[in-house]
Amino acid sequence: MVDTKVTLSGWELDNPVIPASGTFGFGKEFAELYDINCLGTFSFKGTTLRPRFGNPTPRIAECTAGMINSVGLQNPGVDEVLRVQLPEMKQYFHKKVIANVSGFSVEEYAQTCRKLDECGQIGLFEVNVSCPNVHGGGISFGTSPEAAAQVTAAVKKVTTKPVYIKLTPNVTDIASIAKACEDAGADGISLINTLLGMRIDLKTRQPVIANRMGGFSGPAVFPVAVRMVYQVSEAVKIPVMGMGGVSSAEDVIELMLAGASAVQVGAANLVNPYVCREIIEELPAVMERYGIERLRDIIGAAHKE
Amino acid sequence: MELQGDTSAVTTPGQFVNLRLEGRFLRRPISVCDRTDTGLTLIYKTVGDGTRQMSRMLPGQELDLLTGLGNGYDLSESGEEPLLIGGGAGVPPLYWLCRELIRQGKTVQVILGFNTAEEVFLEEEFRSLGAKVRVMTADGSYGGQGFVTDGMKDLSYSYFYACGPMPMFRAVNQTARTGGQLSFEERMGCGFGACMGCSCKTLTGSKRICKDGPVLRREEILW
Repeated sequence: MVDTKVTLSGWELDNPVIPASGTFGFGKEFAELYDINCLGTFSFKGTTLRPRFGNPTPRIAECTAGMINSVGLQNPGVDEVLRVQLPEMKQYFHKKVIANVSGFSVEEYAQTCRKLDECGQIGLFEVNVSCPNVHGGGISFGTSPEAAAQVTAAVKKVTTKPVYIKLTPNVTDIASIAKACEDAGADGISLINTLLGMRIDLKTRQPVIANRMGGFSGPAVFPVAVRMVYQVSEAVKIPVMGMGGVSSAEDVIELMLAGASAVQVGAANLVNPYVCREIIEELPAVMERYGIERLRDIIGAAHKE
Repeated sequence: MELQGDTSAVTTPGQFVNLRLEGRFLRRPISVCDRTDTGLTLIYKTVGDGTRQMSRMLPGQELDLLTGLGNGYDLSESGEEPLLIGGGAGVPPLYWLCRELIRQGKTVQVILGFNTAEEVFLEEEFRSLGAKVRVMTADGSYGGQGFVTDGMKDLSYSYFYACGPMPMFRAVNQTARTGGQLSFEERMGCGFGACMGCSCKTLTGSKRICKDGPVLRREEILW
């Protein structure tokens, strides 16, 4: 019998498979299809201080082996999430969940996390620093080591749960940003968010997405994820949650070899809503095929010669 | 396209299926034109690479699809003389709706709008169900000349059900004298309510076209 358990900052998960934020809502739509308690856990829809409708439509464009989305962090706002979504979640999900948080200023991140910190259903925070900083000229927090560190420190100050910072891949030196977060007190790093992409309609000669550009994800970005998880896990000592184009048990193992302690599945959920359950079911057989007895033993194995 | 398989999740006219095509990342949402206990009829217009690929499929080939998606039309509001309004590629889901309403003993009138004569389809099928059918073409090459709304003005009806493009919906909203339901289209990510890719604002809050729609009530739409 193989052992699929992994640990994130002291939180033991039955397996490393975690649906990624923005592809799983608050779990309800998937719980209608299968018992989602088989998941390691999941990262809920990116939540902000105030409710957001998000960007105009079209928000979705198809690509070869992937898609672009420009949803724009549509969410009901943290108060509604605490009042409605989290209590409702108790009916169908009995494990702790990852709270994905976004903000447009350092204070907003801190306020949202402070409100969520008291909720016992939350196992850890995943702070998405890919959003534009309205006080910093709209440049994403995650593209500057200083800004990413500021967010990290501000959130750490007001929370008692582990804080993972979710990094954007749209940077020159991902390792330096991860390091800055670690130095500012982050308990872990989560990566990669989507790559900035764009499609143009040949008939209309206009961008397909109303907001022109959006986040590219899907199997096409998997090699970028492997590379960045590898680079970051070499640069920091804190755990790394890997994601980006994962769609099979083999992908999970590959990202763990690169250094991921747990692995998130994103875009694949939208095409095959059962994909996470399928990966979890296949994992033991794939582990046996590659001679893996305890999954946690292979974390970062690709770094050792 | 005729499909055989488990149709138990497809319960209401106006619902759609989301089908996976070899080599395409996202599924294709297609409305259900008709259903039996063992099969579905889908009618689609070949407009892009995905639908072209569908048109090249051969009998006996298998398709992976998610069925029974979305909220369909609410038949309980129809009254005795409902009017069905279909424009172009929006016509197919009204067929099953028409069949159900007639089965319930309603007197159904149908207006179908197309650009030109060669685009006209399903007219005879609606007639065979027992509906009164009027066809309008924009260029006057078949049926009455004009838009569906030109054909609506002299009709009396208890309620309307529409499916078609947004400009048609706006015109219908200005012309119709009763309540009604309209089936919307939007680019979708998942098709089952998870990704928020197809959200729209309504008077009753934000709605996901795929999950809370595709059918919305006239009264809740932000015209």
